Amino acid sequence: MSDAVVEIVRPVAKAKGEEAATEELMVVGRAIYEHPLPVRICHWLNAISLFVMAGSGLQIFRAFPSFGAKIPQKDLIDWPRSLAIGGWLGGALQWHLTFMWIYIATGLVYIGYEIFSRNYRQVLFTRKDIPGVWPMVKHYFFFGPKPPAREAYNPLQKHAYTTTIVLGFLSVVTGFAVWKPVQFSWLAWLMGGFHWARLWHFLVMWAILAFVFGHLVMVILHGWNNFVSMLTGWKKNPDYE
Amino acid sequence: MDRKVDEKKFRQMNRRDLLKLTPVIALGAFAIPKLQDSLLGRGLGFSDWMSARLFRSGHLAPTFSTADLTPFARFPINDYDVDDPGIIFENWSLTVTGAVQKPGDYRLDQIQTLPRIRQNTRHICVEGWDVIGRFGGARLSDFLKMVGADLSARFLTVGCADDYYESLDMATALHPQTLLCYEMYDQPLTRKHGAPLRLNVPTKIGYKQAKYLTDLKVTHVLDKVGYWEDQGYSWFYGL
Repeated sequence: MSDAVVEIVRPVAKAKGEEAATEELMVVGRAIYEHPLPVRICHWLNAISLFVMAGSGLQIFRAFPSFGAKIPQKDLIDWPRSLAIGGWLGGALQWHLTFMWIYIATGLVYIGYEIFSRNYRQVLFTRKDIPGVWPMVKHYFFFGPKPPAREAYNPLQKHAYTTTIVLGFLSVVTGFAVWKPVQFSWLAWLMGGFHWARLWHFLVMWAILAFVFGHLVMVILHGWNNFVSMLTGWKKNPDYE
Repeated sequence: MDRKVDEKKFRQMNRRDLLKLTPVIALGAFAIPKLQDSLLGRGLGFSDWMSARLFRSGHLAPTFSTADLTPFARFPINDYDVDDPGIIFENWSLTVTGAVQKPGDYRLDQIQTLPRIRQNTRHICVEGWDVIGRFGGARLSDFLKMVGADLSARFLTVGCADDYYESLDMATALHPQTLLCYEMYDQPLTRKHGAPLRLNVPTKIGYKQAKYLTDLKVTHVLDKVGYWEDQGYSWFYGL
């Protein structure tokens, strides 16, 4: 089914009295199957999981909103309770330590699927994508001309998605270093120690949230047909084939 | 030649493909108030189970040099009720009960006959801050041997003078860095830091390292879990 392109057709009403050996079909559109089911399921599971992980993570952060000493404590920011999940530290930890497993499992299924189905070629940023990044940046941000679309994801998209997958992996790895600084002391050491692991974990979250913001803007700007492709898998009238 | 699909069939295909996403709705169970507590409780339980699997009895928590120590004056004093429950040291003893051959009241000088270990370890609070302190005391494993504890028992529960209570899994209790701590920074524990005896467990989160100990029980059944656990926090919370 991947990369299958179809013509959407509609039978045409014939004029009275006419007879035809074959039925006439009018092409009303084209469609391409862009996103296999496992990709779509993982995408939406992650949308929920990431929302819960970031929200509960921020509530956990509220318990000690600093990366300095405890005495004297100098808070970085008073993050509002209303923009966090869990209500209090105990509640937030329950959400965070529950959904982390859903998030990790989804990530493993997604990576595994992409590799074994060879679908990764659609999303993985490689050397040959490098020349295409700047023209795409010029088009999106500096009113440059629209480069011709050759595949499902343009080089800038591939860059964004590949980076985010790496960030997702880092969010788990830094999280493990913070959660288990004794059992995974080597991991914490690689990051510069417990304090740094906690800071990296925080920064990686903000990097992912920056991606989510950009992603949502792009989804809104690219219209309904594009959005629907992540629900049904099919994109109507793609600008590439 | 591209495949032709009738538009009605195309719409049907799209609807079917959309319906295939329904497994995602399962996560919606977390939004149902009646199910939420039990689902989150099971999630926390699973995390605890994984933590227990990841615990290695021979793996030591990192230790630090004197230069890394947080100055004593900046070692936070934490409690859930009062920071000094007013223990009369002359009358104090640790009451040992449960699956032990020699139950009874143990005085501090008896505990202090066991080899004294001093260690510079990181104390991490569930809130996210940490300090590096110097702790001294007897190995809990040495004490358990002294009282003839049944080491096949799964749990240890402790009670405190301020009515705080906690519990440990036996594997952690037997870990070489788990101490019945009576010193900090080479001085006897101060009242506010848990005198005369507290737990120092560098492989566990801060709230499990109970202060002002008065009771210790070796048990096969966890009847008393822990103050913060009863509020909804993790039980195993190994680091």
